[in-house]
Amino acid sequence: MIREFALNDVYYLLLAARWTLALTSLAFLGGGTVGLLVALLRVAPFAPLRIIGAGYVNIVQGIPLLAWLFVLFFGLPILAGVRVSPWIAATVAFSIYAGAFLGEIWRGCLRAIPRQQWEAGASLGLSFVEQLRHIIVPQAVRVAIPPTVGFLVQLIKNTSLAAVIGFIELTREGQLTTAATYRPFTVYIAVAAIYFAICFPLTQWSRRLERTLRVAR
Amino acid sequence: MSLVELHNVVKRFGTNTVLDRVSLSVEAGEIIAVIGRSGSGKSTMLRCINGLEPIQEGRIVFDGETVNDPATNLRKLRQRVGIVFQSYNLFPHLSVERNITLAPRVVKGMEREAARELAAGALARVGLADKIDAYPDQLSGGQQQRVAIARSLAMRPQLMLFDEITSALDPELTGEVLKVLERVAGEGMTMMLVTHEMGFARRVATRLIFMHQGRIWEEGRASNVLAKPRTPELETFLDAVLH
Repeated sequence: MIREFALNDVYYLLLAARWTLALTSLAFLGGGTVGLLVALLRVAPFAPLRIIGAGYVNIVQGIPLLAWLFVLFFGLPILAGVRVSPWIAATVAFSIYAGAFLGEIWRGCLRAIPRQQWEAGASLGLSFVEQLRHIIVPQAVRVAIPPTVGFLVQLIKNTSLAAVIGFIELTREGQLTTAATYRPFTVYIAVAAIYFAICFPLTQWSRRLERTLRVAR
Repeated sequence: MSLVELHNVVKRFGTNTVLDRVSLSVEAGEIIAVIGRSGSGKSTMLRCINGLEPIQEGRIVFDGETVNDPATNLRKLRQRVGIVFQSYNLFPHLSVERNITLAPRVVKGMEREAARELAAGALARVGLADKIDAYPDQLSGGQQQRVAIARSLAMRPQLMLFDEITSALDPELTGEVLKVLERVAGEGMTMMLVTHEMGFARRVATRLIFMHQGRIWEEGRASNVLAKPRTPELETFLDAVLH
């Protein structure tokens, strides 16, 4: 039976938006951890580590996120006999994906610090890790914040892909509401408005950070 | 035994030979000025001595330790060999104090208070005691370079390497940095400095080395070498820099 699109549906969309945010947070956490590791591997003073880091990035970036979701959710039960919940499949897939992109972003930020800064640290007797920790990372963080927030905004919107494996987040809830009300235009306008309400403040915040960080030391 | 010994050192960047069988001994207390055209290998020689650049052949020995031996702890060695660069390379995100105390605290495990005193002492030696809380971008080029010297001095090195440290400075700022160098030299520090300041080299250096095409082309007492060049290469070089 087709019902009207009512305030109640907006409420349900908002509830579903929680899962969008939850998945984004988990993916950002997981992807951030992987990304940090990848970025460090890619600037390591030992070639095999750099190759491993680059290999990871190339493989992950060369495969669509959708494929990762399918492989993890539908493939694992067939290949390994392990059933995974949409939550786990989505979290892992998004962490793998975000790890590669954040790794690349952060590698660029580390590389943006002049080589002479590393040298100055080395010539004072600091180890590679000490140079990173005390000299390179503190300077790179300032460079990294705007593109990282930018990626986070992408990530929020991309979590809608998780709908294909039955993960109920904002977009999936929109589909379900559409099926029940047959008001796709209204529903998706509401969905879009919610995404916008989440992302817009972040972009604004990122812009402000960029401005303040440019003048700050 | 000399403090620094280079035995037939060869350094190549790809197929380009930058140091071509360089041999040299430096005694403790010597002040060696290295001159030569850009590309003659003088900066590279300094950078090889503290292990910033690996060498392909030969041997570099500092205080009995072979620098180019993979088993040598370069971190330990670099605490005893300070280097100051042309572009200062201060850490822009740290105050002058933290620039100076970073290595003593991280590498030597010094306490905060003791490290601050150390920084204050080092800054006094370069005449910048009042800048301890400033940030590098609040200082002039000459002041930044003096902080870089203080940063190196604070590690209490046995040898200081200076790589064209006044080349990026205006003449009047050059003067203040050279004055600091002269004071450090007067305290008995062993120094090797790549420089274009011929007057300074003549006044302060105990020995002058002219490098050409990756080799030590001429060396001797600064006043002698500068007054009576034995090779046409040095003559040409001096003609070019002295006018």
